[in-house]
Amino acid sequence: MRIDCKHVWDHISAYIDGEVNAELRAEIDRHLETCEICSAVLDSTRNVVVLMADDRVFELPAGFSDRLHARMDKELELAGPTP
Amino acid sequence: MTKVPNPEFEADCIRRILAGEKHLFHDLIRPCERAIFFLLLSLLKNETDAEDAAQDTVIKVYRNLHLFRGDSQFRTWVLSIARNEGLGRIRKSRTRKEDSLEAWTDEQSGDYTPAILTSWREIPAEALERKEVGELLRAAIEALPEIYRNVVLLRDIEEMDVRETAAALGITEGAVKVRLHRARAMLQKDLTPRLKGYAPRKEGLVKALFGWKR
Repeated sequence: MRIDCKHVWDHISAYIDGEVNAELRAEIDRHLETCEICSAVLDSTRNVVVLMADDRVFELPAGFSDRLHARMDKELELAGPTP
Repeated sequence: MTKVPNPEFEADCIRRILAGEKHLFHDLIRPCERAIFFLLLSLLKNETDAEDAAQDTVIKVYRNLHLFRGDSQFRTWVLSIARNEGLGRIRKSRTRKEDSLEAWTDEQSGDYTPAILTSWREIPAEALERKEVGELLRAAIEALPEIYRNVVLLRDIEEMDVRETAAALGITEGAVKVRLHRARAMLQKDLTPRLKGYAPRKEGLVKALFGWKR
């Protein structure tokens, strides 16, 4: 069975996450071999996913952790022997 | 810092904290800090509010630690407390009518036409050395409708699995997958035309770095 581009786009996210079944994966792989457009869409979507996972994109505000733990120390001091 | 939860460490830590070793609470919370902050940032859209809410969340976690039963992951439980804290603040402020929680639903059309640019095939790993790439990504994620932004933050930025994301957000695993798919499609469409300029020229560099295969 030949699948069309729209069908591939519908499953791109699941494909990237390895959540499509073997049969569908094989169909998509066959489609990708000959479809430059879908290959480009897949690569660029995957690029976005990889870039987002980079810790440099989303950094905690400077001093966030220090302020958080200072606040916790205050709470721990005030609280009784156990929460 | 690890993003992978360690249930044995957590269970031991909680037992000891409840037995009086209060200082261990710092170690227990540390692996959850980023996820707490970014979930709240996605809800409140403001770093100062998110930080304030993150602190209140952690205090609530401490005060309620004896209620944690271990039938979910600790981080999932913490994130559900963070989410409630964020939603409570939104309800109080009522200043966000234009982006209410009901504004987007899963029933909305999922059809989209991706940006088609064959020139951006390699991952611009070194592109992140450039500040503006990070800014582009952050702006694109902030522009997503709320229900998609939350899922992207937990799944793709904090790299939590589908199950934990669903539990933390109080939605089904199916909804996580649908929303993630749509969010990634929106981000691809938005970002591809703007990021293609950062594509490195060297063929195969990033595939070697990340070891991807089809």
